[in-house]
Amino acid sequence: MAETIQIQVNGEERGCRPDATVGDLLRELAIKNERVAVELNLEILDRKDFDHRSLKQGDRVEILSFIGGGAPVNVQGKGRGFVHAE
Amino acid sequence: MQNDRLIIAGREFTSRLWVGTGKYKDFAETKKAIEASGADVVTVAVRRVNITDRSKENLLDYLDPKQYTILPNTAGCYNVEDALRYARLARAAGVSDLIKLEVLGDERTLFPDTAGLIEAARILVKEGFIVLPYTNDDPIVAQKLVDVGCPAVMPLAAPIGSGLGIRNPYNLKIIMEMIKVPIIVDAGVGTASDAAFAMELGADAVLMNTAIAGARDPIAMAEAMKYAVYAGRLAYKAGRIPRKLYATASSPIEGML
Repeated sequence: MAETIQIQVNGEERGCRPDATVGDLLRELAIKNERVAVELNLEILDRKDFDHRSLKQGDRVEILSFIGGGAPVNVQGKGRGFVHAE
Repeated sequence: MQNDRLIIAGREFTSRLWVGTGKYKDFAETKKAIEASGADVVTVAVRRVNITDRSKENLLDYLDPKQYTILPNTAGCYNVEDALRYARLARAAGVSDLIKLEVLGDERTLFPDTAGLIEAARILVKEGFIVLPYTNDDPIVAQKLVDVGCPAVMPLAAPIGSGLGIRNPYNLKIIMEMIKVPIIVDAGVGTASDAAFAMELGADAVLMNTAIAGARDPIAMAEAMKYAVYAGRLAYKAGRIPRKLYATASSPIEGML
């Protein structure tokens, strides 16, 4: 009886409804659609597809947005993988 | 100076000072400094959204994309693949096709990896991006970036955040004479005279972050930079006198006792 599936969102494990879409996840996280980019298993999604792409066990989701920047911040690991925005 | 507009890839910019949005105390200070600078282009980075603390405010709540041209960068990328990934994510986040392309070669100097930069630029131009590359003060690399389709080139004055000012004015001058697209001097400016100098050399614009954000009074420094860029541009257009080793009297000898 799989009530939830496990996915990874911005590097953190998280439970999620089996039939949830990317759009559902964003709403659950209270993230507004505009000005975010979503990568699902390294594929960058079109915003209009957020509500059509359902999540499955083991999916890796990255949700990104704009932060203050001009000169690079000190990125740990020389740009391999993402760093947390503060 | 009324019609002295900067045009890049068909886009018109009113300010020749572009600013970064990093390293400020908070968003309120960021906003004030940018307003004081008069800049209409602001650079931003693309990073993970904080999903655990949603109370945090968003930078773009403070900077209206209708008022400013938001220029996302690929800061922190040390190879072509990462730079492409961040550029594509920036476009997906939905501001525009503009990207300030950085492919860094070394953590200590943050100098660009120019081979990687040219390769990434070529790919992104083909994908329809308007690529503004952060590059070294190398005229040959600058020309190659133009050849692959960059509508402007952004050579550094000195290492990012170093505040050393214009370290190689001769190379920058050669770039400005050789390259037929707008040149934006990016990185290394320390104070207002550096910005004025860059503009006097013939730069089309100057981009800076740390010189303003790191000043004791960022808002006052932002204003200083606005005037410096304006003064430098005016002086460039006015045409300076040639340098001479000896004096040339300004007052006539005639009529002296």
